Amino acid sequence: MFADLGKYLGNAGTRAQIADHLVEHVYLSLLPIVFAVLLAVPLGWACHRYRPLRGALIGVANVVYTVPSLALFVIIPAVAGTQILWPGNVIIALTVYTTALLIRPVAEALDAVPDHVVAAATAMGYRPLPRFLTVELPLAVPVLAAGVRVGSVSNISLVSVGAIIGSGGLGVLFTDGFSRRYLAPILVGIVLTLALALVVDLLLVALRRALTPWTRAQGVSVA
Amino acid sequence: MIEFRAVSKRFDDGTVAVDDLDLVVEAGTITVFVGPSGCGKTTSLRMINRMLDPTSGTVLVDGRDVLQVDPPRLRRGIGYVIQQAGLFPHRTVLDNVATVPLLSGWSKRDARARAAELLELVGLDGDMGRRYPVQLSGGQQQRVGVARALAADPPVLLMDEPFSAVDPVVREGLQDELLRLHAELGKTVVFVTHDIDEAVRIGEKVAVFRQGGVLAQYDRPAELLARPADDFVASFVGKDRGYRGLSFVDPAGIEVRGGATTRLGEPVSPSREWLLALDADERPRGWLPPGTSADGPLTEDLLVPGGSLYERGTAVRGALDSALSSPSGLGVVVEPTGRYAGVLRGAQVLDVIDRERAERG
Ligand SMILES: Nc1ncnc2c1ncn2[C@@H]1O[C@H](COP(=O)(O)OP(=O)(O)O)[C@@H](O)[C@H]1O
Ligand SMILES: [Mg+2]
Repeated sequence: MFADLGKYLGNAGTRAQIADHLVEHVYLSLLPIVFAVLLAVPLGWACHRYRPLRGALIGVANVVYTVPSLALFVIIPAVAGTQILWPGNVIIALTVYTTALLIRPVAEALDAVPDHVVAAATAMGYRPLPRFLTVELPLAVPVLAAGVRVGSVSNISLVSVGAIIGSGGLGVLFTDGFSRRYLAPILVGIVLTLALALVVDLLLVALRRALTPWTRAQGVSVA
Repeated sequence: MIEFRAVSKRFDDGTVAVDDLDLVVEAGTITVFVGPSGCGKTTSLRMINRMLDPTSGTVLVDGRDVLQVDPPRLRRGIGYVIQQAGLFPHRTVLDNVATVPLLSGWSKRDARARAAELLELVGLDGDMGRRYPVQLSGGQQQRVGVARALAADPPVLLMDEPFSAVDPVVREGLQDELLRLHAELGKTVVFVTHDIDEAVRIGEKVAVFRQGGVLAQYDRPAELLARPADDFVASFVGKDRGYRGLSFVDPAGIEVRGGATTRLGEPVSPSREWLLALDADERPRGWLPPGTSADGPLTEDLLVPGGSLYERGTAVRGALDSALSSPSGLGVVVEPTGRYAGVLRGAQVLDVIDRERAERG
């Protein structure tokens, strides 16, 4: 088996192809995270601010989340009118999933910002948008970051499914391996997917720590 | 100057929180809004900086209808301190204090320098600036809240139960600090509390509210205690209002007399009267009961602890208390430095009060 693996990876052309798949996998799984954060923050804010909207939006989000990924990959071109084999479909589908995943935690994190802190900000003379961006949103970051970590791991694994509809990414190694009954590309695909998930998760943890120094100040020398 | 003209506030659910309020807060004074919970104090305060707008009537700040001013701009000129301090948990203490200067367009550097000045002004260590709010005690957080409210040097300061959540000892310190700051900075302060003792302690004028958002009485504290406008105010200011009113009686007429004293370390000879024991620095240490005899020199364990000390020139309430709490019945008077000045009798204090009442007519 290792001989197989050696032979498979020994080919420079194959290695270049694998690298391409890896890069593709990164942007197919992570771009949706960026888009989803951009969408979930205003939608989550709307749920936090307008109670009646909350039930509706979170209900829709829950339904979306139960649609199987493969079905979503196929529905998106039908709904959006895009080509069925266009890689953008995967990005749209995963953006929808991740947004659905993040709306509720964002709304709840905003709910959890103490009223007196928001009132104090208003009384200091903040206008609503700067207040949201510099007071309320930063305080929601720990919860948002937790949601993003879950979303990124799940996206990294879901992108592989997209290979079935020809979207590229490391999933191509699986379809390739299965069709040729050849284990080496499948092993390489599994290892790289896991490694990618791990590295992205570590980076996200580092990012969260950099953005939230105050969460680690708890309980230090109360005089 | 802040003026309420026929101001009413009715919330959407029909609650009338403030009912036809007419009131003038003089510039440069501390005015206290006091009353039981739910009587419209916070609502009245928040109509000054437009956190709420009146249903009818007009609120003027420096002669200008606040409804004519863009709210964020208005608020940057009005400091606001609340009970839970409301500090931003994600910003350091220094950056919390720098908030309003930054919003008003100062450079980051100037804003931080100003913030450091203010931390010093409210009696906090420069080191505190680097901490986050969770790392401070409740009293320290309130100081930061006051510093933050004062950072852009607003002429008006609104305080909503700022000291209610801290323990009584810390609260008294914070009240003293506020009075000192006020003397130093001369801001117009509107202070909300439900605690009548706090109100008469710090207010130059006190507005007592009753349920339904009605102003029951607006007066100087001494007047409030001496002449409550009605039964509600009388019961709200409390049963011992007569005694508390002594805080406002001029102490000038109290004659301090010399008393019988002895010293720690001197021989003890039995005496027919109580002797006040002083130490080498002339500070009172306690009372030696009549008839006490001992072989050696006078030591502290022979003494009965003294009552409260009355500092010469301070409110008459303290003078009477020193006499009432003293084992000998003589109140001990000290200089501001703590040195013994003399003694007084409770009856003397009552005479002064009677004379003052007669003069007032
Ligand atoms: N947003 C609101 N909606 C409805 N009623 C309110 C609102 N805010 C305060 N009230 C009511 O108005 C009255 C006065 O409230 P408030 O000014 O907070 O009183 P205080 O500060 O004296 O305790 C209370 O009965 C309170 O329940
Ligand atoms: Mg209140």
